[in-house]
Amino acid sequence: MTPLIRAENLSKRFGHIEAVRGVTLEVSAGEVVGFLGPNGAGKTTTMRMITGFLEPTQGQVTLQGFSLDASPILAKRAFGYLPEGAPAYPDMSVLEYLQFIGQVRGFGGKALDERIASVVSQVHLERVQHQTIETLSKGFKRRVGIAQAILHDPPILIMDEPTDGLDPNQKHEVRQLIRSMGSTKAIVLSTHILEEVEAVCTRVILIAAGKIVFDGRPQEFEARAPASVQRNRMDHVFRELTSAGAEVRS
Amino acid sequence: MSGSVQPWRAIFRREFRSYFATPLAAVFLVVFLFLAGIFTFSLGGLYERGQADLRPFFDFAPWLLLFLAPAVSMRLWAEERRLGTIEVLTTLPLPVWQAVLGKFLAAWAFSVMAIVLTVPLWMTVSWLGDPDQGMIVAGYVATALMSGLFLALGGVVSALTKNQVIAFVVTVVACFLLMVSGFPVVLDFLRGWALPSVVDAVASLSTLTHFASLTRGVLDLRDVAYFIVGIAVLVLATTFLIDWKKSA
Repeated sequence: MTPLIRAENLSKRFGHIEAVRGVTLEVSAGEVVGFLGPNGAGKTTTMRMITGFLEPTQGQVTLQGFSLDASPILAKRAFGYLPEGAPAYPDMSVLEYLQFIGQVRGFGGKALDERIASVVSQVHLERVQHQTIETLSKGFKRRVGIAQAILHDPPILIMDEPTDGLDPNQKHEVRQLIRSMGSTKAIVLSTHILEEVEAVCTRVILIAAGKIVFDGRPQEFEARAPASVQRNRMDHVFRELTSAGAEVRS
Repeated sequence: MSGSVQPWRAIFRREFRSYFATPLAAVFLVVFLFLAGIFTFSLGGLYERGQADLRPFFDFAPWLLLFLAPAVSMRLWAEERRLGTIEVLTTLPLPVWQAVLGKFLAAWAFSVMAIVLTVPLWMTVSWLGDPDQGMIVAGYVATALMSGLFLALGGVVSALTKNQVIAFVVTVVACFLLMVSGFPVVLDFLRGWALPSVVDAVASLSTLTHFASLTRGVLDLRDVAYFIVGIAVLVLATTFLIDWKKSA
């Protein structure tokens, strides 16, 4: 199957800091990729390059066969994106915001109403749909961000820390939603919670100091821990691979 | 798709409504109308002049816009950056120019609305006497064009920062320099060292000169073109800057 996301040799330099160094990855439909790494490892920068918010210093991105460089509009139609912190206009109500996103995406009339009704029920926003976004709790804000990202039912979904700041119930709900979409879409989500990877991901990509240091199935990731480690085995592998000097070993 | 709109129109609508979501619109409109009234009737000496026209209003309008247009434009992009919504906006499938255009037109529509709300002044002088209506229309067109130019310049500045205060101050200074570039304060500074052709070019950029010739009641196409071309260039520059920031 041709991959929906293809990032080739992505690099990003900010001044003389090399935030991302030669990241190559391909993600196909049906894959849910957990994008892991310590803070500052380059997760957000990589996602921003895949979505076209940042232009890579080097390398290129192809989404659903469309080059982000050559045909940005077609490439951008292929994905939904939840940026870090789930930004949204605070003075708009949830419905107004989703209408705005839908209109920019080219939806209108009944089709737009139907899409909004569908995502509102998918992420359970019924209760707050008429409230302005600034009055919402962190969990609801995050869900508005997710609703915005899946409004056009995209084949590709990119989410920067979708469960950050949610309570355990909300986390559970969002994970279920991701799992239910994971069979048909190509999903990349970044997270700090390793149990989340076990719960929803079919693949793990670990990034440290701007480079991919692991790419494989969650079971393989866990299996890297020595048998003597009984608890938090993934944490152990994470520390092992991302601590100083890990790069030399990989 | 049925009922679908061009992306820039969706951007325009959202932006225009956002002015009214906060007290900004109310504060702006009240201050603008209050000052317009004071300038026209008190400082401009409308009654003392014994002439029923809007000369005093149009004489003061550029100075009013110098501070009020930057107050409208400062949030255009700086606010998107501060909230992080620029990341949502620029990853949506629309060309950057449509986002820039929609936002600029919303700001312009808002300030034109403020200008239109001064029509009672017009009605007053028309009731008091028999003013040259053509001149007043030309004055209103000039004021609207000038606000557009200042807002477009403010858009450029706003695209460069996430701090609205900085955007405001820098825009006021930039608008002021553009406004008075035909006056000795700028030209004397240049004459010492710049080529005469450069001095002439800078002088021809003076907003106040073009504004004055329009408000004299002569709708000269060159003056109108100055504003329209200026706005177009600045909107394009904003588009370029938003795009350039991606690779910065």
